Amino acid sequence: MIKEHAPVLVILVPLLSAVLVPLVGMLRNRFCWHVAFAATHVSFLLSGLLLFRVQTNGKISYRLGGWEPPWGIEYVIDELNSFVLVTIAFIGFLATLYARKSVVAEIEPVRIPAFYSIFLLFLAGLLGIVITGDIFNLYVFLEISSLAGYALIAASRKREALLASYNYLILGTIAATFILIGIGYLYMVTGSLNMADLRERLPALYHSKVVLTAFAFFSVGISLKLALFPLHVWLPNAYTYAPSVVSAVMAATATKVGAYVLFRIMFTVFRVEFDLEVVSITSILLVLSSAAIILGSVLAIAQTNIKRMLAYSSVGQIGYIVLGASIVNETAMTGSLVHILNHALMKGTLFFIAGCVLYRTGIEDIAGLRGMGRRMPFSMAAFTVAGLSMAGVPLTVGFVSKWYLALGALRADLWYLVPVILVSSLLTAVYFGRIIESIYFGRAEDGHSSGSLSRERMHEAPTGMLVPALLLAVLCLVFGISASTTVGYAEAAARLLLGGR
Amino acid sequence: MSERSAYEHVIKRAMTKLLVPFIQLFAFYVIAHGDIGPGGGFQGGVILGAGFILYVITFGMNEGRKRISRITSDLLSAAGVLVYATVGFVCMAAGGHYLEYAALPFSSPQLAGHLAIFVIELGVGITVAGVMITLYFLIGRELK
Repeated sequence: MIKEHAPVLVILVPLLSAVLVPLVGMLRNRFCWHVAFAATHVSFLLSGLLLFRVQTNGKISYRLGGWEPPWGIEYVIDELNSFVLVTIAFIGFLATLYARKSVVAEIEPVRIPAFYSIFLLFLAGLLGIVITGDIFNLYVFLEISSLAGYALIAASRKREALLASYNYLILGTIAATFILIGIGYLYMVTGSLNMADLRERLPALYHSKVVLTAFAFFSVGISLKLALFPLHVWLPNAYTYAPSVVSAVMAATATKVGAYVLFRIMFTVFRVEFDLEVVSITSILLVLSSAAIILGSVLAIAQTNIKRMLAYSSVGQIGYIVLGASIVNETAMTGSLVHILNHALMKGTLFFIAGCVLYRTGIEDIAGLRGMGRRMPFSMAAFTVAGLSMAGVPLTVGFVSKWYLALGALRADLWYLVPVILVSSLLTAVYFGRIIESIYFGRAEDGHSSGSLSRERMHEAPTGMLVPALLLAVLCLVFGISASTTVGYAEAAARLLLGGR
Repeated sequence: MSERSAYEHVIKRAMTKLLVPFIQLFAFYVIAHGDIGPGGGFQGGVILGAGFILYVITFGMNEGRKRISRITSDLLSAAGVLVYATVGFVCMAAGGHYLEYAALPFSSPQLAGHLAIFVIELGVGITVAGVMITLYFLIGRELK
């Protein structure tokens, strides 16, 4: 029963728990966390089950309400989305673990039940976007996750968070509207909303102006949603002022889901031939993603706030993910897809640690990290591993994805992308190297010491916050040393998207 | 006119007391009519919520909260969604897919569809009414 219904349960469990959490919160505030934890745990296990079943038996299709596709809503799980699904469910699960302590410190007690409720809605929305095979259902889940996302950012105690959330609300709504207009145009000319069905019906209409307009709306809307340069303006403030756990989850999952939607629209709903020959979207994305990679790193160097620096670095990393898709061959696509997981691991670690430091010391500035290596050795070790991984040091996950991207670029005779990747890696090494140096070799200034605690005494973050961060950091190394599993999944997904290119 | 005297206007109070039951009855008619004609859970839920909001406008926030407390309106908002989901789970337990009414053990799939959709619309209506009431109280609190 569970096996058969896993595709729908993976969404339903967090969605219904989101409704249950406020009811539980009426009894006892602290039980909210238990419900959220159980829900994300179940959701993660189910997504693992789905990944396993797809790898052994191939594509799974689930018909909601028993209606046949293309009329009814169909959930389709294939090599691509099972991989993304597990990534999101895993990060969601760890974030819930992390949230217990972090949320108490960063969010007002009366809002905690609402916070967990919205957090679960957010996750359910993201999982739904990934799992559905119906383009309108995708929009519905996109709205669920976006609306929940705005509220999550605004849940912070900082006043700036309200403005950041409002800006994101305006831009996010424009993005969602564009995507809806795109869906409407496609429905107008094909009469279908099922992705697989659209793929069959669209080629005859590739030169129709309606389809071209739809594609234009899609590409701008999705680029805004995934914060592709120059449409990234909402991202830095949103990530900087959101509660730590929200920044971590958004950086690790929300923009990845945006990238997933872009790939689905570009390569599943439309075909590769359309992207290359009819609209040449790939060359536009190539320029934009290269610019994102370089400028994201340059802007990150200029930051003094830890979370803002990480946010700008995310802009660059999103560039890598889109770059792989715009090169259009299997190697680069593999790099791009494996980077969805790898970047989630790295950025998850970094934002988790930023939250740990904030929790223990209240420090938000990079300057405050001086000498922190003695005070929070485990947190800083995790930060260092993830930082090195961002710079693409061998034996870390960052190296794996950059290797495949560079290899793919060379195979496609786009040699000038290799210097782009190298320069950006060097720039990343600059801004992380500077921090790592001051963590271990810098002397703490007295002005920064808080309370009666000595700067030299070890004072780690609570276990509940440290464990998820350390686990992610260890995975950064594990999947960096033995990348065959993750790259295997990504290769299968790339083959599915590009069909032997 | 002070706030107190505004609530004591006898014509308004009498008319509201007369109208609210009919508005609520009409709301249930719209909900129940959902699967065979115009209407449904959303529309009916809004009418149901609006009926109560009329009561609050006439009698004041405090009197309104006596009728439907915060806990009750929160419970209503959640209960509707759970009713909807339960129908889906019952379909799954009966051997079908999620929300596959035809799998329900009724004499015909058509009858199963009618009944299941009615329950679902009722769930939607309850949630929409609950959320309408919650929103009204929240905005009202801001304006006080």
